Amino acid sequence: MANVRLVQGNEACALGALKAGAYNFFGYPITPSTEIAEHMAEMMPKCGARFVQMEDEIASIGAVIGAAATGRKAFTATSGPGFSLMQEAIGFAAIDEVPCVVVDVQRMGPCTGLPTLSAQGDIQQARFGSHGDHAIIALAPSSVMETYYMTIQCFNLAEKYRTPVILLLDEEIGHLRERFDVDPDEEVEIINRKQPTCAPEDYLPYENTEDDVPAMAYWGKGYRYHMTGLTHNQKGYYSSVLPEVDAFNRRLTRKIEGHIDEFWESEDFFVDDCDYLFIAYGSVARTAQEAMEELRAEGIKVGLLRPKTIWPINEAKIKKACEGKKAVIVPELNLGQYAREIERVIGKPVEKVTRVDSELVLVEECVDKVKEVLK
Amino acid sequence: MKPEYEKYFRNNLPHIWCAGCGHGIVMSAWARAVNQLGLDKDQCVAISGIGCSSRITGYIDMHTMNTTHGRALTFATGVKMARPDLNVFVFSGDGDGTAIGGNHFIHACRRNIDMTVVLMNNNIYGMTGGQFSPMTPFGKKATTCPYGSIDRSFDMAELAKGAGATFVARSDIFHAKHLTDMIVAGFNHKGFSIIEAVSSCPISYGRRNGTPDPRDMMDNIKEMCVMKAAYDKLSDEEKANKIPIGILQQIDDAPEYTSEYEKLVERVQGGAK
Repeated sequence: MANVRLVQGNEACALGALKAGAYNFFGYPITPSTEIAEHMAEMMPKCGARFVQMEDEIASIGAVIGAAATGRKAFTATSGPGFSLMQEAIGFAAIDEVPCVVVDVQRMGPCTGLPTLSAQGDIQQARFGSHGDHAIIALAPSSVMETYYMTIQCFNLAEKYRTPVILLLDEEIGHLRERFDVDPDEEVEIINRKQPTCAPEDYLPYENTEDDVPAMAYWGKGYRYHMTGLTHNQKGYYSSVLPEVDAFNRRLTRKIEGHIDEFWESEDFFVDDCDYLFIAYGSVARTAQEAMEELRAEGIKVGLLRPKTIWPINEAKIKKACEGKKAVIVPELNLGQYAREIERVIGKPVEKVTRVDSELVLVEECVDKVKEVLK
Repeated sequence: MKPEYEKYFRNNLPHIWCAGCGHGIVMSAWARAVNQLGLDKDQCVAISGIGCSSRITGYIDMHTMNTTHGRALTFATGVKMARPDLNVFVFSGDGDGTAIGGNHFIHACRRNIDMTVVLMNNNIYGMTGGQFSPMTPFGKKATTCPYGSIDRSFDMAELAKGAGATFVARSDIFHAKHLTDMIVAGFNHKGFSIIEAVSSCPISYGRRNGTPDPRDMMDNIKEMCVMKAAYDKLSDEEKANKIPIGILQQIDDAPEYTSEYEKLVERVQGGAK
């Protein structure tokens, strides 16, 4: 009980990042993510780590990638407008396979929107925000405790797959204060990027390895190489050679989507024992869970699948979960950004419960939707 | 026999620069500086943005990053805050550095983080085929100002001084030895050092402005660039078509960012609230 206290979601993210070994934070103030920067500014010097407030979000993500390239664990936190500004550089992190973490505490958009109010409007941006083809990993927590552990997981996945990882918080989770029961000294798994075992002169920083993830040498240890946002060969130099370009681009997606079973996670409630299946994530999953419990108490067989890994989508898992259901219901705080992805995967329409007025989806709205479908 | 400074180049030349381009002279002037300083390649980083100038990082045998357009200084700030022990060089151009990267430029000057920036000014966007940059002189022609530019241009050195840069210098491709000296002095300055290297682009700039021959461009640079001490003695009339080269601003007692951060950590860890 000694560790139990009230913690805000954004603070849990900050604590998780430090636990994961974050050494550098670069950020720019933006509601509703600012508390993360404030916590890092306060805590990082105490841990001997480095916080810098940059001149904008473009600078923040650039600095994150620079720090991460050297071998440090680095991250930033922002919200929709800042996330939009970061997209080009996220593409750099993707093409140069730089492990880093971007926390996006989502707010109502488009544009300035409603800065302090909830939305899940960045779901598609997280996947397709940067130009060109590359896969991305994005996670979405539903509670403050989960935010802590998921932040650690983001750093681990970034290191393991040499990729930017997005943590998608709802404003509702970022600003939520709830029971936080974490032993700060608890042992957690920490993953560090794979190191080359060959001699420096034989090192290929973008090697087509069997597991699709090349080793990434820490700087200053003899393994000098070139990083460029240009399409490059295995050595890192610009290449427009057709087979090289093709192999490279395909590997960028395959290294994540081809290994989805190694890291994809969901929380399932009665998925195999239901006629009506909710698919919901983030704060909305809590609403859907309550609706599910109410409906089951009435004898209606309802289940819930909560993807913790939002991207990439686990097509096999979603297909199987939706098989034979009388209806699949996707409640979310947007006009169906994830619903359209579920529809694409299962090949038929889903029922949507949407809100874009900055209020949360209500339990009764989810209940009513199921009852409406029942008729 | 190969010059000693070539050990700082990778074995992937030839470069992409056009015949007559001034950037190769900047690269060799820089390599001479690094060689003179005797730097360990493994402890050095070179970061660039996008443009002809920024291709230089592909040819340099260090930890190198050819980043996104205008953002080299942000990546470099990240590197320096992650590994203050590494020596950081940044290469940029007039468009990359003062247009799309203008915000980062002034804030890097203000922050005073220890790195050495070489900004190659050829007055044009060469890579995209000759559009005007913020450093294209008023009245000169480019593909996007075919009737002469009506944009007033930046003086990069004055901009850097105004933004608080603690080491501002200028040199050029004719005074290549002097350019090496400026880079050495900039590197030895603890803080943010920026060196404008006046370069030439006969293809995209010269051809449209009456100097398609690289030799003419070089002559013009030779005429235009005057040592600061001599420049200061000129009348206003004489100064009209001249620019000063040399160290234009040096402030030695300004707090350097990584050092300040170290002090902050000590202060905070010492129990201060």
